Amino acid sequence: MSRNDGRERTQAFDDVETAVDDPTRTVLQLDSVEKTFGAETAVEALSLAVNDGELLTLLGPSGCGKTTTLRLIAGLERPTAGTVRINDEVIAGDGRFAKPEERDVGIVFQDFALFPHLDVSENIAFGIQDLSTEDRENRVEELLELVDLQSHSGRMPNQLSGGQQQRVALARSLAPEPDLLLLDEPFSNLDVRLRVEMREEVRRILKRAGVTAISVTHDQEEALSISDRVAIMNDGRVEQVGDPGEVFEDPESRFVASFLGQASFLSARVTEGSIETGIGAFDREVLSGPIEAYDGAHVDVLVRPDDLQALPTNESMADGYVSHRQYNGPSFVYRVTLHSGEEVHCLHNHSQLFEPGEPVEIDLTADHSLAWYPAE
Amino acid sequence: MSWSERFEGVRDLAAGSTPDRSTPVLLGAIAVLIGVVVLSPLLWLLIKTQSIPTGRLLSLLTSDTTLQVTLNSIILVAVVTILSIFVGVPLAILTAQTDLPFRRFWTITSALPLVVPSYIGAFAFVSAFGPRGELAGLLGPLGIEQIPSIYGLHGAVIVLTFFTYPYVFLTTRASLLSFDGSVVEAARSLNATRWEAFKRVTLPQITPGIAAGSLLVALYVLSDFGTPAIMGYDVFTRMIYNEMNARLDYAAVLSLLLVGLAITIVWLESRVGGGREGAYVTRGSRRPGTIKLGRWKYLALAFCGTIATLCLVLPVGILLHWLQRGGQGFAGGGFTFEISTAWTSVGLAAAAAFLCVLLAIPVAYFAATTDSKLASIPDRMTYVGYAVPGVVLGLALIYLGLSYVPFLYGTVFVLLFAYVVRFLPQAVGSTKSSLLQVDPHYVDAARSLGESPTAAFRRVVLPLVMPGIVAGAALVFLTTMKELPATLILAPSGIETFVTYIWLVQGAGYYGQAAIPALVLVVVSGLSMLVLLGRERYDVT
Repeated sequence: MSRNDGRERTQAFDDVETAVDDPTRTVLQLDSVEKTFGAETAVEALSLAVNDGELLTLLGPSGCGKTTTLRLIAGLERPTAGTVRINDEVIAGDGRFAKPEERDVGIVFQDFALFPHLDVSENIAFGIQDLSTEDRENRVEELLELVDLQSHSGRMPNQLSGGQQQRVALARSLAPEPDLLLLDEPFSNLDVRLRVEMREEVRRILKRAGVTAISVTHDQEEALSISDRVAIMNDGRVEQVGDPGEVFEDPESRFVASFLGQASFLSARVTEGSIETGIGAFDREVLSGPIEAYDGAHVDVLVRPDDLQALPTNESMADGYVSHRQYNGPSFVYRVTLHSGEEVHCLHNHSQLFEPGEPVEIDLTADHSLAWYPAE
Repeated sequence: MSWSERFEGVRDLAAGSTPDRSTPVLLGAIAVLIGVVVLSPLLWLLIKTQSIPTGRLLSLLTSDTTLQVTLNSIILVAVVTILSIFVGVPLAILTAQTDLPFRRFWTITSALPLVVPSYIGAFAFVSAFGPRGELAGLLGPLGIEQIPSIYGLHGAVIVLTFFTYPYVFLTTRASLLSFDGSVVEAARSLNATRWEAFKRVTLPQITPGIAAGSLLVALYVLSDFGTPAIMGYDVFTRMIYNEMNARLDYAAVLSLLLVGLAITIVWLESRVGGGREGAYVTRGSRRPGTIKLGRWKYLALAFCGTIATLCLVLPVGILLHWLQRGGQGFAGGGFTFEISTAWTSVGLAAAAAFLCVLLAIPVAYFAATTDSKLASIPDRMTYVGYAVPGVVLGLALIYLGLSYVPFLYGTVFVLLFAYVVRFLPQAVGSTKSSLLQVDPHYVDAARSLGESPTAAFRRVVLPLVMPGIVAGAALVFLTTMKELPATLILAPSGIETFVTYIWLVQGAGYYGQAAIPALVLVVVSGLSMLVLLGRERYDVT
């Protein structure tokens, strides 16, 4: 890349070139899908649409039903109710059920599930046996290049590192050109350093292949960093779907708010023009959205560590005292117990030192409006 | 949280199952059918004893002979099991946890007696210590006319202990090697002495291993026919064999008692070995420190050496001696070993191995891939082969054949069926354990790549489990070759195998003629143990 070409540089930052014809076409459509195992409801009234070439992540705590959703889409589970459509064709529901092998859905498994008795090329070629030998070899070559493993084609899976295994798994599932690719906790088997590297790499591969993909994870950082859109799931339901910035900045529910980031809630009494909280009174304008209806009532305001700053002060001026210090390397997160009994977290760079028990005043430094929820 | 935990459990269960319910139903039906067929001989025994009038049943059950036989069997089982523990556990500790010189060598010699089929061992001992045996021959010129008789309880005990203690040795050693040495270090750091650490930490952890080995010994002794028959000690197996043609109903009653006793032993072991999972699952990343023997080293070496001499050098030496010493009266007797006998044995064993593998695959696949409790039923049904002694099976099949399929009676098919019933569990176990190592995601992955369940099985599962299937087949092949009681009872006239030949020669006392087939069977046994140990990836170091 030439140094002067600014346009190309922003393009590289923004996105990889992709081969999608119509990014508004719906590839996957779930309507009121439900799945129960005996008395347990794993997925409930789940509706979701995914567009061509899009990378959507289902994010939620373990047991929220995200993996079951993935298996329902793959055909590894049969929905109890609702319909699943791929490219406008019903593949589950309305009395129809297409088996996994009848759907053009690829899966990348958490443990990669590379066939241990086949080498890298044979693994990739597994799903394209119906091609002629020459076409098959070309396709394998193409995919090896896409995942940058040309020199490893003859290796056996147990001779590959975790990252390489993952790239083979990706190539194998992309080989038959699936309509949809599913990734089940794709990075959880990799060590932390490799994880960050592979996020970028996987996103690049998916975008270059132009495949529509759904991944599942409980790691919010991963979800927010690789996805075009994130669907937050809780107790078998989708709580919110949106682009990563949107769900982080403006969580629609208290669950989403508390799940993303290190969230604290500040109880606030809404009065005419202002709100009163444990860290002082603020203009009502700091809250997002219309608040008039809550005049005189209590609301809970979402504050994250980067929204607040602690300032050293004397006992009489203090909002509370420092009760815990979490050292993250480049930064500290202090937990401050307010006189009101609430706890909030403040993010500081590593040079700002407070001692436990030190009285502090809390300053609201957020440069965006704050989300709030009616008091519980 | 508990909700989600429970749910995770449900999801994990579901993850292992095939989404397509129709396949397991068909597979399950086949598996259950195989299970029922395999169980049928035992069912016949139950039916047979039901038809005995109550009065006669009671008098048979309470007769002096029954009581005596039961007592004899229990005494033999108990004494051999206890002696096996006294031989096997010290050997396991010596070879696994001490600085005994040549530990690798002693590990092998301690396990090796398992390759001598006990009837061949008994045969060798009789020929060495019997009234007209080698020892008598050596001592005769010195004026010693009378040596203690080898026949009876003590003969049976000696032979069975020497050739079954390796079960205890192997399982104890395995649990010694598998448990985490850091817990011993933890115990010592809590100020326990080495002996206390052994008693309070090591022993409880290896107890399930000892119990598992003892179970194998007890069941082997209970079902062994050859040794008590040669030693002339009346236990269930010998009585059943003797009563078979005279009082069929009595043989059936004794058979049921024998099976009941076997079940009782399994139940007793499950009480002792209750925590087995704990002991076998803990994967020790660290070996416990070695115990320094110091001057006890010589005693330990003498112990290992004595056992090896009695259990290996003696029987094999006797066989080689037979081979080399021909001559009148010793060889003779009109017996000649024909090569066709060898081919008959090989052919029967190969057919049994093929049939077992064929039947094992559906049973094992159903048990390994379906998670409901019901799925393990056909698998468990095939275990009947482990529980039913060969004599009982032979008896049941003779009369089951006569009553229901007379046209098959006296054919080689009945004998093959007996082999299948006895050794199917080996093939199922071997196949199942390799199937369980196949990640269910492989099948999911293959199906997501467009393969039907059958094609996924053929292209992914089968190549991966092939080594397990082959090992199972080899095991069945080799154990069939040395199977004694069912072969004796069911072999059609005119069919001569290694085993029937040896029995004939032994009965007539012309030991010399048995040398070749006996040595072949020792080698065959040795190979089967290699297969078994290879499958378990047994660690000899």
